[in-house]
Amino acid sequence: MSDETLDLPVIQRVLDHHRETPGALLPILHAIQAGVGYIPDAAVPDIAHALNLSQAEVRGVITFYHDFRTAPPARHILRLCRAESCKSRGAETLAAQLREQLGLDDHGTSADGAVSLRPVYCLGACACSPALELDGQVHARLTPERLSALVSGCLQEVKPC
Amino acid sequence: MLKLFVPCDSVARAVGADQLADALSAEAQRRQVEVQIHRTSSRGLYWLEPLLEVETAEGRQGFGPVAAEDVAGLFDALTAAPAEHPLALGLVEQIPYLSSQQRLLFARAGITRPLSLDDYRNHGGFEGLAKAALLEQAEVVAAVLDSGLRGRGGAAFPAGIKWRTVRDAPAVQKYVVCNADEGDSGTFADRMLMEGDPFLLIEGMIIAGLAVGASKGYIYVRSEYPDAVHALNEAVLLAREAGYLDTTGSGVAFDLEVRVGAGAYICGEETALLESLEGKRGIVRAKPPLPALEGLFGQPTLVHNVLTLASVPIIMAKGAQFYRDFGMGRSLGTLPFQLAGNVRYGGLVERAFGLTLRELVEGYGGGTSSGRPLKAAQVGGPLGAWVPPSQFDTPLDYEAFAALGAMIGHGGVVVADDTLNMANMARFALQFCAEESCGKCTPCRIGSTRGMEVVDRLIASSDPAYRADQANLLHDLCDTMQYGSLCAMGGMTSYPVASALKHFPADFGLASPEAAQ
Ligand SMILES: Cc1cc2nc3c(=O)[nH]c(=O)nc-3n(C[C@H](O)[C@H](O)[C@H](O)COP(=O)(O)O)c2cc1C
Ligand code: SF4
Ligand code: FES
Repeated sequence: MSDETLDLPVIQRVLDHHRETPGALLPILHAIQAGVGYIPDAAVPDIAHALNLSQAEVRGVITFYHDFRTAPPARHILRLCRAESCKSRGAETLAAQLREQLGLDDHGTSADGAVSLRPVYCLGACACSPALELDGQVHARLTPERLSALVSGCLQEVKPC
Repeated sequence: MLKLFVPCDSVARAVGADQLADALSAEAQRRQVEVQIHRTSSRGLYWLEPLLEVETAEGRQGFGPVAAEDVAGLFDALTAAPAEHPLALGLVEQIPYLSSQQRLLFARAGITRPLSLDDYRNHGGFEGLAKAALLEQAEVVAAVLDSGLRGRGGAAFPAGIKWRTVRDAPAVQKYVVCNADEGDSGTFADRMLMEGDPFLLIEGMIIAGLAVGASKGYIYVRSEYPDAVHALNEAVLLAREAGYLDTTGSGVAFDLEVRVGAGAYICGEETALLESLEGKRGIVRAKPPLPALEGLFGQPTLVHNVLTLASVPIIMAKGAQFYRDFGMGRSLGTLPFQLAGNVRYGGLVERAFGLTLRELVEGYGGGTSSGRPLKAAQVGGPLGAWVPPSQFDTPLDYEAFAALGAMIGHGGVVVADDTLNMANMARFALQFCAEESCGKCTPCRIGSTRGMEVVDRLIASSDPAYRADQANLLHDLCDTMQYGSLCAMGGMTSYPVASALKHFPADFGLASPEAAQ
């Protein structure tokens, strides 16, 4: 496990940067997550202090929004769109394929930390459904073969060479 | 010199536009042909993406969809007989799907480079602002009112009335907030506009700021749209450098900030959005007070959807009368409909209100992509009703759809063929509500979960009497949610559920419509 105190300078920089920003909590959380990879618990007291909030308020916000993580992410995050347009083009079949190929449920993370699965509800790619987002990059007009190749790509890198 | 155009739109990229652009420049280098590759916005003819356009004396010739592997052959064709290439589409602007549209908001789509101020100005950009700057605040508000523009975010409230309320509210600090949360599945017009023509939104917000006396604007963009966030941030910087923002010279200073959501559908609801902007959980506020009077940080705030704000420069440049000449009844102007799901020709269709759903789905869309029978279309996002083909001749007009117990909402249309099971979709609507509810009121927070359980029991049972019982229970639950919820999240989840139950009882194992009554 990483030592969370190592991240404190990043967090302090973010807090300093947003000293004058009105309603700064979301920009702060996004910036910390971008810098550290997640929101370390050790950051909460500092954020609360900087914004004059209680720690409970800060934690309440972190847990309310789906985007914020409180633990380090897997190496790859694969978000398959499960909303209506993609469902009408076979997204559920692809979801089943993913569960099988990775042996994970819809919200699972593989034991080796290679891949996390997350559902997402619309990527704005509905005219080219089905779609997914892999590490921030959208792939549309998915087929079972294409999906399988993307997943294999994530798994292969894992082997140290 | 060969001048080529390849979209930089995120969905064009999701189907290979970057690889196409790379292959084009590599091939040109190999052949020692001089090329210029312009990365433009997308035309919105998504089934043709990646769409390559080539400048010719007659206009831009189109080829699509072009894979990187097609590039070598294309270069051969370009020097010999371009029109005979199997991917040749002829002049892009003569493709009937496009030439039959009435593009006001998307007039520049596919033509200009999103972050080129010169492209924007050369194609009519900032004309609306120039006109508005010469008018009194009240005259700008009157123009918006006269245009008949209604909010494009879903509720279709007359925009001008909101503008008047905010303008008349006495306050030192007022805000303009752009709702760019576009959480509705099946919709992508906001995304296309922000990625493809960000200055249009900025221009609309500057005019709004001038007219209502607001000096600060926020654009709240969902985090699922990183390309839009990037384009807007860059465009704000460019507009600021060029003196369009924070222009102390022109009387009112107005500046803009882009904020990013964090994956909560409810933050598209305007009061939850304001809470989120203030750094809080996205919990819906009770109304009144209206955001127009007590909005962001308690100050008068004009909240509008991307498309509403982006319509304003057109209204100012061409006049309120020009705008209201499009449309029918009280649905005036144009709406960029978004054709998605199981449809052959998915894309953006900007037309005046009043064309029928059939013209949209069968005419533009060409029916299902699977070739199987059309079953239904969900209009207006996840809270919209499933409309069966028997109702497809309804004109796309706010009032006509309301009369069906449906809504146009943000103009998204998701097409389904006969393999999509509507009981599953009803269950999904309830599941989505349960996951995304802000939790403030019981019918929405608890009712959605109970609803899923009812659908599960209904589907699992083989006893007709028990099924009919559960169907009645589901109806009651829909009523409770519809009438007992604070906002449309709980209130309108009943639309997809009740419409599925009403029009597709067989999917629930129910014998006939009567059995579901
Ligand atoms: C659950 C829910 C989600 C909504 N999502 C959006 C959205 O993503 N984008 C949007 O513009 N309006 C959305 N709205 C509508 C807004 O509350 C509000 O009516 C709109 O921002 C007003 O802008 P307009 O006048 O331009 O339509 C949503 C409403 C509800 C109840
Ligand atoms: S209906 Fe649902 S989302 Fe809307 S306020 Fe109530 S609990 Fe929140
Ligand atoms: S529904 Fe999947 S991208 Fe929109």
